[in-house]
Amino acid sequence: MAEAQSGYYVPHGSHWPIIGSVGLSSGVIGAAGYLQGMDWGVYVMAIGIAITLYMVFGWFGTVIRESVAGYYNDKVDLSFRWGMIWFIFSEVMFFAAFFGALFYARVLSVPWLSGEDPLTSRYIWDGIMLNWPTAGPGNAALEFEPMGAWPLPTINTLILLTSGLTITIAHHALKAAERVKLVVFMWATVLLGLVFLSFQAYEYYEAYAHLNLTLGTGIYGSTFFMLTGFHGMHVMLGTIMLIVITLRCMAGHFSADNHFGFEAVAWYWHFVDVVWLGLYVFVYII
Amino acid sequence: MTATTHEVGHHDEPTGFTRWLFTTNHKDIGTLYLLFSLTMFFVGGAMAMVIRAELFQPGLQVVDPYFFNQMTTMHALVMIFGAVMPAFVGLANWMIPLMVGGPDMALPRMNNWSFWILPFAFAILLSTLFMPGGAPAGGWTLYPPLVLQMGTAFPFVIFAIHLMGISSIMGAINVIATIFNMRAPTMTLMKMPLFVWTWLITAYLLIAVMPVLAGAVTMLLTDQYFGTSFFNAAGGGDPVMFQHIFWFFGHPEVYIMILPAFGIVSQIIPTFARKPLFGYASMVYATASIAFLSFIVWAHHMFTVGMPLAGELFFMYATMLIAVPTGVKVFNWVATMWRGAMTFETPMLFALAFVVLFTIGGFSGLMLAIAPADFQYHDTYFVVAHFHYVLVTGAVFAIIAGVYYWLPKWTGHMYSEALGKAHFWLSTIFVNVLFFPQHFLGLAGMPRRIPDYAVQFTDWNMISSIGGFGFGLSQLLFLYLIIQSIRGTRNATAQVWEGAKGLEWEVPSPAPHHTFDTPPVVK
Amino acid sequence: MRLSKRTVLMVGALAALLGGLVQPAFADYALNMPQGVTDTSRDIYGLHMTILWICVAIGIVVYGAMFYSIVKHRKSRGVQAAQFHHSTALEILWTVVPLVILVAMAIPATGVLVDMEDTSDAEMSVKVTGYQWKWHYEYVDEGVGFYSNLDADSQEARRLGASRKPQSVENYLLNVDNRLVLPTDTKVRLLITSNDVIHAWWVPDLGWKKDAIPGYVNATWTQINEPGVYRGQCAELCGRDHGYMPIVVEAKTPEDFKAWLAEQKGGAANTAGGDAGADAGQQTVGTDTETVEDQSDPAGETTARADTGAQGGGSDSAAGGMTKEALMSQGQQVYSARCVACHQADGQGMPPTFPALTGSAVVTGPVDDHLDMVINGSAGTAMQAFGPQLSDAEIAAVVTYQRNALGNDTGDVVQPSDVQAAR
Ligand code: HEA
Ligand code: HEA
Ligand code: HEC
Ligand code: CUA
Ligand SMILES: [Cu+2]
Repeated sequence: MAEAQSGYYVPHGSHWPIIGSVGLSSGVIGAAGYLQGMDWGVYVMAIGIAITLYMVFGWFGTVIRESVAGYYNDKVDLSFRWGMIWFIFSEVMFFAAFFGALFYARVLSVPWLSGEDPLTSRYIWDGIMLNWPTAGPGNAALEFEPMGAWPLPTINTLILLTSGLTITIAHHALKAAERVKLVVFMWATVLLGLVFLSFQAYEYYEAYAHLNLTLGTGIYGSTFFMLTGFHGMHVMLGTIMLIVITLRCMAGHFSADNHFGFEAVAWYWHFVDVVWLGLYVFVYII
Repeated sequence: MTATTHEVGHHDEPTGFTRWLFTTNHKDIGTLYLLFSLTMFFVGGAMAMVIRAELFQPGLQVVDPYFFNQMTTMHALVMIFGAVMPAFVGLANWMIPLMVGGPDMALPRMNNWSFWILPFAFAILLSTLFMPGGAPAGGWTLYPPLVLQMGTAFPFVIFAIHLMGISSIMGAINVIATIFNMRAPTMTLMKMPLFVWTWLITAYLLIAVMPVLAGAVTMLLTDQYFGTSFFNAAGGGDPVMFQHIFWFFGHPEVYIMILPAFGIVSQIIPTFARKPLFGYASMVYATASIAFLSFIVWAHHMFTVGMPLAGELFFMYATMLIAVPTGVKVFNWVATMWRGAMTFETPMLFALAFVVLFTIGGFSGLMLAIAPADFQYHDTYFVVAHFHYVLVTGAVFAIIAGVYYWLPKWTGHMYSEALGKAHFWLSTIFVNVLFFPQHFLGLAGMPRRIPDYAVQFTDWNMISSIGGFGFGLSQLLFLYLIIQSIRGTRNATAQVWEGAKGLEWEVPSPAPHHTFDTPPVVK
Repeated sequence: MRLSKRTVLMVGALAALLGGLVQPAFADYALNMPQGVTDTSRDIYGLHMTILWICVAIGIVVYGAMFYSIVKHRKSRGVQAAQFHHSTALEILWTVVPLVILVAMAIPATGVLVDMEDTSDAEMSVKVTGYQWKWHYEYVDEGVGFYSNLDADSQEARRLGASRKPQSVENYLLNVDNRLVLPTDTKVRLLITSNDVIHAWWVPDLGWKKDAIPGYVNATWTQINEPGVYRGQCAELCGRDHGYMPIVVEAKTPEDFKAWLAEQKGGAANTAGGDAGADAGQQTVGTDTETVEDQSDPAGETTARADTGAQGGGSDSAAGGMTKEALMSQGQQVYSARCVACHQADGQGMPPTFPALTGSAVVTGPVDDHLDMVINGSAGTAMQAFGPQLSDAEIAAVVTYQRNALGNDTGDVVQPSDVQAAR
């Protein structure tokens, strides 16, 4: 064991990845089948998701066991950090694609389609004028209301910002080995995440039920729901990760100077937070 | 100070099938990647043979036009995502830990996962050939609205691309973590072999653009099934928006397929010229500049879509600029050869052919970058000729060169030099017969992606097809030589090549399963 | 020794290939970009040749140095490898020199591009719309418009396993039933768009191509200097028959063009009673494709008239009913010209993208639904509205044909008057 702490830990084979591959691929095969109206689609998808979850818990379980057993030295820890940072960066780029779509539509395609560019609007769209937010020249008769920045999105902004604060306090508490404070602020963060999610669910309900704003509401509906939807999914994932990490805090897995799992989740949470600020500004306000 | 440790109680190596399924060893995973890539090269090549057979003469002889389009599309997807990219990741797996003196890749379990997603993703992709409505047939660029006319295959293709993206991102993260964290303490950044440098930069390109591709295909999916209007003008979207997002991925993607090739060639030429690489630092800076520029040139694929003039000018200038750092690389290679003491073993021959033929592809690229002229070149065989020069005689030749270069290190046996040279000459001659006439076809007005053509294009197409069959058959020799080296009898020395320098040549051949458990010292 | 022979071989092979580009002896093979017939195309040709030669010159320097080194600096000659590994001066030099060369290229390129994008002061406009897989041309403000399909001879020779050889077809795959006629020496603005997927309109002799994007209009212009017939093709993958949607532009002198246009307009008003409408456009294409003659064949009139919409039907229905045999034979012609690309010759289609017509619920169901599908198409799918493209007689014929052939046997006979009623 002493040897294990001094060296770079390289496991000898692991069955989790192949299980993960089977899980992911059956999940997507099921999803694709479902989208094409095949009867077996949902079931295969459900099995795939179940296998993937089994893999996630098994894999992380193994890692946690190894970590607690002290197999990981600082170098391994650093590898995990590099991994997490660049994983988050890749997520940022995923959102960038959708922000790009939003900017493109607002700055280029909608003006081209509407009165500003005489050719397209004159020859194809009967000269219809469009102003953001719009459902597009083919849906000119569609009545809908855009989602305002007030009140829910603004409250949600404050909630997420506060949760960034609480998790930082929890982190400091962890470093200062203040167990009670740590656990309290972790649960506070989880709670804020859950409140955010329920507010967003309510917002979606409002949109569909009262604003006539749906995924099909042209480019505005598309960008609105895809951006906030993917963000919401990340908040959900982040909240689950927070819960797991809080339970691990309570189980005493982390020490004041060795708690990469905690930090990874905190980074992720901050990332979710920052993306939201972008959304708040570009989707709701401007 | 750091000795590597392995799972307690499991000191014996796993054997049999599960060894490959569960392996976390960078060499095993590298081997898996390389074998997968070779398989896909043959699958994609077989599709290219269908294309060339149909184009042998005007009129339809072999396949229906719709199936032809499936072949074109699948050929490109299989070659790019199945053959070239995994080959580079395989080489990275094998060589980066050896080159930087690390015990393994930084995240060994994830390394296994990033490989083992690929066979599943490609099983899904290839299975679409047998679905109602066939495989994707809208070109590898997946432009909507055409791509939305795909049959049952549609969501399967999208998800297969997602899986490939996940695999690439994990592979790239692993490379970055390995390079930053697993180097021997004395291996400073500016001492790293160029292959490692080019891969580091490639890995950044990968994590920056693969998620964007995932986003683009996700939008296709929601446009098709969930009523969104990203690419539909009636809803305020724009089909051209897809092209912007796609090429924001797509252009860096083509450099993903060439930067590691630059790295391989920069390893091989100094070895066989017995002279240090000329301009090491400028090579590193040039690579970084190419990577940076690759993010701001994407719309050169779209000069004809009707962009505003300012956009066209910007993308034209930015694209032209890439010739400068690429030129620096070419000049540095030539300067490395200058006053060296060269020998011409198979890896060196392929590397030299790379320099010559890649440059031809670069020149035609530069011609394409001239926007007004691209209004004539675009979507003709001139473009096809351009990208096969940079991809086949560029990326693929570099991979082949790298395989010959490192094969003795992997297997411990030499391949037959005489047959290797035969493989080189056959490949080089046939590949030019295959692709050079396509320049003429394009200039004379033959569009790409057509199964049938006007009769004045017959002669060059016949020549090109003959070159294609010849090139394809020559690759069987490559296969034979690989098998020969695996089975071989003539043992290789640790250094293998007289002029070879670097850590990977200090370990025995074949490289033991675990290397550098204690970090080496780099001079 | 052996090596140097190889080197010679390699250099030789490359030289031969490069030589191909400039050898006039190869003149039969089309090798280079056409110079074209517009100022733009000539500017582009000039740019193309300039860059080509610059690249060749750089290539000679780079390859020259490389091959010199390969020949002279080889171990077998007993040389000792030098050990230098950088030279800041040299590296700066070969960064700056290419940069200068690039600037020298960019300047003329910018000029040409700015000129190409300037669509102002056009004297007339033509709207070009891409369809899977044909073009539609509309002379804006003139009330003249028509579809342009691949010609019948090419149609026949292009089939998988066709007995007719492509070599026997004049301008195989580069010929159409109705040409786009343009005046020379006139700045013509082209407004390019699409009805379904992305296409691209390209005639090499005019010097550019432009994508046809559904829902958007792209403007470009041309000014043709010489009368003549210029051929091109769709240049953006647009599905199965992307290789089969050629473009033929016929440039006439402004006077001839005016005469042609007047005739088109007159023709549209005059065809009443004429049975020309019964001929599918493909069947009547002239074989004198290279002559720059007045093109007043009936096909042009038919489609021009059909295009103007509802009033097009009058003539045929006035005839008061056609026999089933006549409908079936004409229906087969229309079907094989217009429908097979998607629904296949045997009516099996390519499900799920293109449905089978054999046993289809629409084809074997109520006639009204069938007519509605053919006349109005199905929004959001490749099934386009054929109402504006075909005459009443043609639609009646093809619907009758579908209902009584391709494995269907409903016995229904649909008359042109039914079609007119359904419009
Ligand atoms: C490995 C892949 C690879 C590489 C490296 C490149 C390199 C380059 N490519 Fe290429 N390209 C592709 C793969 C690649 N390309 C593919 C796959 C497509 C088609 C995709 C599709 O549509 O399906 C494409 C298409 C493509 C287009 C679009 C054409 C069209 O569709 O109309 C353009 C236009 O600008 C272009 C330009 C360039 C340029 C300027 C370079 C430059 O990087 C080249 C730089 C190199 C040199 C110039 C040579 C060496 C330099 C010197 C010796 C110095 C001195 C030289 C001068 C000063 C001239 N490429
Ligand atoms: C890395 C990428 C890569 C590679 C390696 C290749 C390799 C080859 N490509 Fe590919 N190609 C693309 C990427 C690549 N291509 C892309 C991106 C496109 C654009 C697609 C699009 O338009 O969407 C394209 C399109 C494309 C076209 C144009 C199709 C069209 O526009 O309709 C053609 C036509 O000649 C072609 C030919 C070939 C040939 C002959 C090879 C050869 O080099 C292949 C040689 C290999 C083998 C043949 C396999 C090994 C041998 C055997 C299997 C033994 C049996 C042999 C025989 C029976 C002879 N390719
Ligand atoms: C460019 C491709 C294309 C061409 C050409 C085409 N069709 Fe279609 N057709 C389709 C598609 C796609 C559908 C399916 C529409 C849908 O799902 O709503 C269809 C559906 C139909 C149907 C209904 C079949 C069913 O079972 O739903 C009929 C009838 C039909 N077409 C007739 C014709 C006729 C007649 C012609 C020629 C004059 C023609 N089509 C040419 C693509 C085409
Ligand atoms: Cu229309 Cu290609
Ligand atoms: Cu590019």
